[in-house]
Amino acid sequence: MPDLVKVGMADYKVGRAPSTLISYGLGSCIGISVYDPQSKVGGLLHIMLSDSTQSRASDNPAKFADTGIPLLVKKVIAAGGVQRRLVAKLAGGAQMFAFKNATSIMRVGERNAQVSKEILKRLGIPIVAEDTGGTCGRTVSIDLNNGDYFVKTVEKGERKI
Amino acid sequence: MPTELKDLSGNQLDALREIGNIGAGNSATALSQLINRRINMNVPNVSIVPLEEVPELVGGPEALVVGVFLRAYGKAPCNILFLMPKDAAFYLVDTMMGKKRGETVTLDFMDESALMEIGNILSGAYLNALFNFTQLALLPSIPALAMDMAGAILNVVLVQLGQMGDHALVIETKFASEDDGIGGHFFLVPDPGSLETILTAVGVE
Repeated sequence: MPDLVKVGMADYKVGRAPSTLISYGLGSCIGISVYDPQSKVGGLLHIMLSDSTQSRASDNPAKFADTGIPLLVKKVIAAGGVQRRLVAKLAGGAQMFAFKNATSIMRVGERNAQVSKEILKRLGIPIVAEDTGGTCGRTVSIDLNNGDYFVKTVEKGERKI
Repeated sequence: MPTELKDLSGNQLDALREIGNIGAGNSATALSQLINRRINMNVPNVSIVPLEEVPELVGGPEALVVGVFLRAYGKAPCNILFLMPKDAAFYLVDTMMGKKRGETVTLDFMDESALMEIGNILSGAYLNALFNFTQLALLPSIPALAMDMAGAILNVVLVQLGQMGDHALVIETKFASEDDGIGGHFFLVPDPGSLETILTAVGVE
């Protein structure tokens, strides 16, 4: 497996050390990582929307938080992760354009973050770091050597959460 | 009438390309008059792209761009996005504000306002042409502006489409001034239900 694995919009990738999984340019989308620190297996999911039941049929579960997160967890476990050791980190969910009367569409980032956290909680996976909301786009990556999750923004550069 | 974007016929794609052509032609003229400079544009690119590939159209998801976003309301609601590479946007501000090229290094309130106004004028010109062609009256919302990664800005436009399917219909036109310093991409992204309305209005069903 190459060292740097790209995760596109509405997509997920699972890997193991020494790989890094990266997803570029998230706006209202969320990048959710699930990682097992002992086996050094983890995955990164890039969701666009929170709820698949409010959308017309899509054959891509990775697009939504409610279908994507359980899928990611399943695949990480299949790759050698152990459920009770899994920890989650997430970032994204920005509101890129500040409209005065933000409609539901404009606030989709907020909703994405909220639902993602609820689902992780329901699955019993602790959220050990997060950087959600705000108005900035983010590039996120997880280093599967140690589970370090990096968030890069135009204003602040790259930092570890 | 196709229910899936990928089922659009050659004629229908041609009609959409023509809409993009007329609309963007009008916008380019407006921009040209505004900054008193010749503006060239390419033949609009009408493409149906998987959502995750759209950011590649503007130099990749991490490219630093200025985006002006508007909603067009009416019988065929659309999202409009005018994306400019950061340097092109700054040069445009220099030109409008009567400064030397390179003087703008950050966008202040006035600069942002000026760029939003440009977005407004270009969208107005575009929608006007669309109306003359289709008799569909569309009104632009107040513009909103963001300077950030292209992928993040495009997210906003694509999220709505994501609720309906996995592909986006993008009518995209590239503008450039003669010295190539000012330019950008104009995106018209019809809401999924709007496509049918637009095609019916131009008589290619």
